[in-house]
Amino acid sequence: MIKILHRWLTMFGRFLILMGRTFSVPERFRMFWKQYVKEMEQLGINSIGIVLLISFFIGAVICIQMKLNIQSPWMPRWVSGYTTREIMLLEFSSSIMCLILAGKVGSNIASEIGTMRVTQQIDALDIMGVNSACYLILPKIMGMITIMPLLVIFSSALGIVGAYGTAYVGGIIVPDDLTLGLQHQFKSWFMWMSIIKSLFFAFIISAVPSYCGYTVEGGSVNVGKASTDAVVTSSVLILFSDVFLTQLLS
Amino acid sequence: MIEVKNLYKRFDDIEVLKDISTVFEDGKTNLIIGQSGSGKTVLMKNLVGLFDPTEGQILYDGRDFVKMSKKEKVHMRREMGMIFQSAALFDSLTVLENVMFPLDMFSTMNLRERQKRAMDCLDRVNLVGAEEKYPGEISGGMQKRVAIARAIALNPKYLFCDEPNSGLDPKTSLVIDELLHSITREFNMTTIINTHDMNSVMGIGENIIFIYEGHKEWQGVSGDIMGSTNKRLTDFIFASDLLKEMREAVTHNQK
Repeated sequence: MIKILHRWLTMFGRFLILMGRTFSVPERFRMFWKQYVKEMEQLGINSIGIVLLISFFIGAVICIQMKLNIQSPWMPRWVSGYTTREIMLLEFSSSIMCLILAGKVGSNIASEIGTMRVTQQIDALDIMGVNSACYLILPKIMGMITIMPLLVIFSSALGIVGAYGTAYVGGIIVPDDLTLGLQHQFKSWFMWMSIIKSLFFAFIISAVPSYCGYTVEGGSVNVGKASTDAVVTSSVLILFSDVFLTQLLS
Repeated sequence: MIEVKNLYKRFDDIEVLKDISTVFEDGKTNLIIGQSGSGKTVLMKNLVGLFDPTEGQILYDGRDFVKMSKKEKVHMRREMGMIFQSAALFDSLTVLENVMFPLDMFSTMNLRERQKRAMDCLDRVNLVGAEEKYPGEISGGMQKRVAIARAIALNPKYLFCDEPNSGLDPKTSLVIDELLHSITREFNMTTIINTHDMNSVMGIGENIIFIYEGHKEWQGVSGDIMGSTNKRLTDFIFASDLLKEMREAVTHNQK
């Protein structure tokens, strides 16, 4: 038990040291900007497709489930729309969507940086006098934090569109009832809460896999292991921090 | 000039480098040779600061690299160029972008000047025409030449090469050797090459350091090797039957 605790504390200490090196002034802002824009595209814009697809269908499925399992003559007509909105806004678009992105983006980051480590590209940067942590990791973290609120907004919006799809195309629910539910007691703070939570998750999704990749030793097997560790660790951290953030922000 | 004084490197209980003292001279092609696992790469990684020595001094023109602050080391590293065994080119950048990278990072030139400088470096290694290709699209020999072009882009004072000929055919190895040798002369750099390629040793070795089980066993020039009586050195250099016969023929002719 003490050994495991010691290992985790050592890892946490190394993570903090790496973050210390990462959050320093870039050598050239021109190069940082170039990398920042590239990472926003690679990690964020290229994830829009999967976010929209999943959000649309989850929105539709939640609406169908609510209508079929919760709605009853004893419930108000707006309950399906209301619960769909609350689930999408409070949990799916921030937390669950970030869990999905932890798989897609996290493995991408860990394997990219890990491969750079084992092929000595990071050593090459260090020998040139470049702060490799700042050059490689900072644009990823900043890019992810910048793009994440947009992904959350898109996800919420497409979830609602999915719910309307069940109403207009599937005929599961009356569109007016859905609209009533979506508008019922809407609190704009919930949207902000979702965005604030997602910013923390964006940091976890980008920083933890970066650490896993940056500290790889060995060859391709270890890069694969780092990629798996990155996804598992960032998913667990998202779930834990979701509990605290929800409690804190509610 | 790089001077190494009483250098030791230990990993836990294993002593990899033992009391290495030597001088790598300006404008010369300095070779570090030795069997696999003898400590050549560890020595080079100590020289460039990827490892910190357990004991000893590394003096770059009198400046102790070991005692420098992180900031001073970063500045010092801008005077170094390094060619890795695997070339270590950035996969996501084209050949031209790879060579331009150190210029983009550290020079004050404008874009046109940086491009011109990078093209000059590519011209120096005979790679004009490959500038738009990605590292994955070119051969191992070309990758090594791109790495050389990238290493010399900022006119470094010190050039380090970790087994630049590994994985290359003998003819391409000769091209790389000749290129490194002529660049060293042209820019009066202190070049240090880690190798166990005998063609390099005999062809371009102006100052050769033989490392055996972590200590300096022998130091000299390529011309001294034939007549050397150091058994460990001759066993290493003339390991194959062909080279043994060649040595016997040469010494027989000299008599």
